[in-house]
Parts: sequence; C-alpha cells; structure tokens
Amino acid sequence: MIEARGLVQTFHTGQGKQKREVPAVRGVDLDVAEGEVVGFLGPNGAGKTTTLRMLTTLLRPTAGTARVAGYDVATQAVDVRRSIGYCSQVGSTFSGAYAGDEVVDHGMLYGMSKKAAVTKGQELFDKLQLEGLWRRMPKNMSGGQKRRLDIAMALIHSPGLVFLDEPTTGLDPQARINLWQHIADLRTKDGATVFLTTHYLDEADALADRIVIIDKGEIVASDTADNLKAAVAGDLVDLEVGTDEQVAVTRDKLGSISVEVEVEGRHVRGRVARAGKAVPGLLRDLDNAGVSLESIEVVRPTLDDVFLTLTGRSLRDAEAAAEAKEASTDAGADDATTPEGASA
Amino acid sequence: MSTFFRESWIVFNRQLRMNLRNPAWVIIGMLQPVLYLLLFGPLLEPVIAQLGGNKYTWFVPGMLVQLGIFGAFFAGFSLIGEWREGVIEAERVTPAHRSALLFGRLYRDLLQLFVQAVILIGLGLILGMDASFGGIVLGVVLTLMLGGACAAASNALALTTKSEDVMAPVINVVMMPVLLLSGILLPMSFGAGWLERLSDFMPIKHIVDAVRASFFGDYDSSLLWGVGWTVVLFGLAVWWGTSVFKKENA
Repeated sequence: MIEARGLVQTFHTGQGKQKREVPAVRGVDLDVAEGEVVGFLGPNGAGKTTTLRMLTTLLRPTAGTARVAGYDVATQAVDVRRSIGYCSQVGSTFSGAYAGDEVVDHGMLYGMSKKAAVTKGQELFDKLQLEGLWRRMPKNMSGGQKRRLDIAMALIHSPGLVFLDEPTTGLDPQARINLWQHIADLRTKDGATVFLTTHYLDEADALADRIVIIDKGEIVASDTADNLKAAVAGDLVDLEVGTDEQVAVTRDKLGSISVEVEVEGRHVRGRVARAGKAVPGLLRDLDNAGVSLESIEVVRPTLDDVFLTLTGRSLRDAEAAAEAKEASTDAGADDATTPEGASA
Repeated sequence: MSTFFRESWIVFNRQLRMNLRNPAWVIIGMLQPVLYLLLFGPLLEPVIAQLGGNKYTWFVPGMLVQLGIFGAFFAGFSLIGEWREGVIEAERVTPAHRSALLFGRLYRDLLQLFVQAVILIGLGLILGMDASFGGIVLGVVLTLMLGGACAAASNALALTTKSEDVMAPVINVVMMPVLLLSGILLPMSFGAGWLERLSDFMPIKHIVDAVRASFFGDYDSSLLWGVGWTVVLFGLAVWWGTSVFKKENA
C-alpha cells in the first residue's frame, strides 16, 4: 500500500543572508503491506508529520519517490487522494457547522452523491458512537467525540488506506482507550490499512502490527514491538540470591547469557534476549550450582527502552515535553519539524 | 469542467450555510449599503452639488465599488479560522480541484456583494438616482469582478499570512491609498493636481470611473480602461488565490 524510497523534505527558513536549509526528513524508505497497521513513532520534531504530509500529497517531496495505493504521490496526486483517508492532528471540521453536514459535504467532494454520503455518514456515526450528534456542532462536542468525527470524515468515502496523525493527542485516558478500539476496528471490521503517527508508546504498542521509529528525519528501526524489544533492549532479569557467597556464581551464570550484568547487594541483574526461553536453563544451572534464589523477576522492556537504546533519548521525555507544549499553546497544523515561516 | 462546477458548488453551499447561520453576517451585510447611502449621502451632498445632476447618480457607483472592495477584502479572515481548525487541509486532501476550493468561497462573497448591490441600487433609485438599466447591469458586473478579485486576493493573503494580526494591518495599508486615490467618495479633480496625476496610476480609480460612466451612460474610453483593469485584476487575483490553494504547506 505504501512504498517510499529515499524521501527527503528540506525546508527553507529565514531571509537573505540568514536563509538556511532545515532538513526535516532525510531519505526515508518505507514499505507498508495491505491490511497492516503501522505505528509511526517518534518525538515531536522527528519528522513524522512531514513524512505523512508527503505521503498524503499535502507536501511535495524535495527528493525521493513514494507510491501510495499504487499511485505516485508526485505525478498521480489526485488518484492518491481518491484512495486514502486522512485524519489530521488538528481536526477537519469547522466548529460552527453541523457535524452531519460536514461529513456529507466532505463525502461529496470525493464524488459521492448526497444520498450516498448521508447513508454512509449515518452508518459511520452509529459505528463510531456518534449517534444523536448529526445536528450538533463540533464546538459543542467533547474531545473524544470530535476525534471520532474526524475519523468519520476520513472514512466517508471508504478508503482502503487511512492515515491518522496523532489521533489521540490531548484526549483523556478513557477517551483514548475508547478511540483505540475504533482504530483497531478499522482493520478488523473494515479491512483498512492504517498508518498511524503517535508519540505515545502505549498507543503504538497496543495498536500496531509493526512499529517504525523515526528520529531526526531518519528511520532508526522497523519491526514488530516484540522483536524490537528483544533485539534492541532484551528482557531485564533480576535475581535475588539467599547469601552473599552466592552472588559471584550467579553473576557468572547470568553473564553467560547476558552481555552486561549488574550487582547490587544480593541482586544480580542483566538484560537477556527472549528471557522466556533463556531463564529456565539459567535456573537449572543455578540449582545445580547450589544457588538458592529468594526471588526472580523478569521485566519486559518497553518501547521507551528501545527508543533510548536506538537514539540515546527517552521518548517519555519527548512525550512529556509535547504535552507541556500542547498545554501552553494552541495546537497548530504544522509539524514541529517545520520551522515557523519556512517554506518547502 | 462539470466536476469543477460541482465541487465549487459543494464548497459554496457549505460556506453559505455556515454564513446564514451567523445572524451578524446577515444583518450587517444588509445594513451596510443602507448605512453607507443614508449617512455618507447627506454628508457629501454639498460637495457633489457642484457637479450638477442627482447626487445619488454620482454617489451610488462609488459606494458600489467601495462595497465591492471593502466587503470582499475581509473575506480571508474567515478562511484563517477554517485553516486553524484543519478544514483547509481536509479539503486539500480530497481529489477536488484547488481552484474549486477557492471559487466556492468566491461565489459566497459575490452573492453577498450582489445582494448588497441590489439593496444599494434599489435605495438609490428610490432616492432619485438616474441611470439606465444597461448601465446599472454593466456597473454591477464590473463591481462583482472587482469584488471577486479582492476576495481571491484576501483568501490568498489569508493562507499566506495565516494570522489575523498580520492580515489586518496589511489590509489597512492597502485600503488607505485605495480609498484616497480612487475617487470613491470625492472626485479626484477636487484635489491638488499632483494628487490627481498620482491617482491615474491607481487601477481602482479607473474602475470607479468606469462604473460611474456606465451609470451615466457615457460609453467612452474611461469605460474601456475600467473594464481592462477589472479583467486584469480579476485574472491576477484568481491566479494568486488558486496557486496559494495549490501550494504545499497552505
């Protein structure tokens, strides 16, 4: 459904001698198969939205090529637009218009008849728990209702590929989890391919078949969440031994399956790839060596551990910074990678 | 082409529906020409009396052009609101023609201007304005084209600046010399010689002269100049507006 090769986006900022180039996306290669749900993860400013805007024809790539739904984004933009649904992070409806009118007008811009758009719109309202809100203005809706309305806008023409740009940013936890179910249904019930950008780790973990991590405009990893965690970070195994004398032998045994082992009092810790397979053997070895364990704890790595390993930065910090920024300023349409006043 | 009209009609309907739901837009739109005529008319009466004839035959065409410019130039403010709420981006990701997204909005502005023009001219006729039907029609057509140009430019400016705080002073800076040098309120011949010569470089002045000439039934070279400038300004503004709607990052 998506095939991108060497996508580059460079913005120009400043005037005269101050003019400079700001690379936002630096050669992104991307493949998304039909029916896949891909989480595009990265902190604000990493290039997520800029990549998405290129894939949705809103921004012409500075270099590179991309085919979306079988069409070239640069030369067959109208065909791409017909084939995709797009839910922007700032919304898509006017606050002073009726929700039903907005969805129907949007569908008609895709060439649907008014009757077909009304029928499909009402079906989507039922499916997305927006019953009774057809004649309500978005300004009188909750954050969760507005986001579901945005998704209805994106789905009105039944696209096979849906782009969701930070769909749950700014929602309370309950509304987020509710929206997750609807996003999951896009694939399971509607058979759509979903390309989802987010800076929430749990969201990517819960929804995506595959996670693509972008940092500073470059793809730094692409795999399933489990594989990323196993390959990059590994599971943390924490063994607490019964006596001080047993620490040394436990460190040696754990060291045989872990690259780096830490000792803290009677706790011996180390990262192990796929602990589920490695730990039973370790326990047998320790038992044979006469080590009695007080406790054993296996901690699965998080995507934050993966991100930290790959980029040297914590994604949670970026997440917190994004939320702080969101609280202090009005949400803008531009990606943080787009310098103010910059032009492509 | 039929797709373009269908798409622009959808955008027009949406815009009109939203505007009609706003009582301020309806009431102010209706009152504006009435206030112009009833308040400015008596104020300028002694000055215009020097020109001879019915003062409203001279005054209404000027007011018509002023409505065309001022009303339309503020059209972009609502577009900034739509951009901020993501509506423009949502429209730009549909297969609709970029020019249809602009023209749908222009139809709304032109409809408002047309209704205002009908009210203004109707009042003028009641107050004794003397103009031929053909002259009035030609004057209204020129005004609508000028209004379309101003609305297109305003929309282009709105999507370029994306800020009411930037757009308002820019419009003020443009409007001030236009109002002064176009002879909308008073004939430029009343001013200093250098001011009159300077006004010859102001396209709107030629359009005002043309609308007045059409109302007076003077089908002379001033009408041709005005028609020429109207067509040029309309073409340029529509080109600018469409290219901004097409532009990435708009």
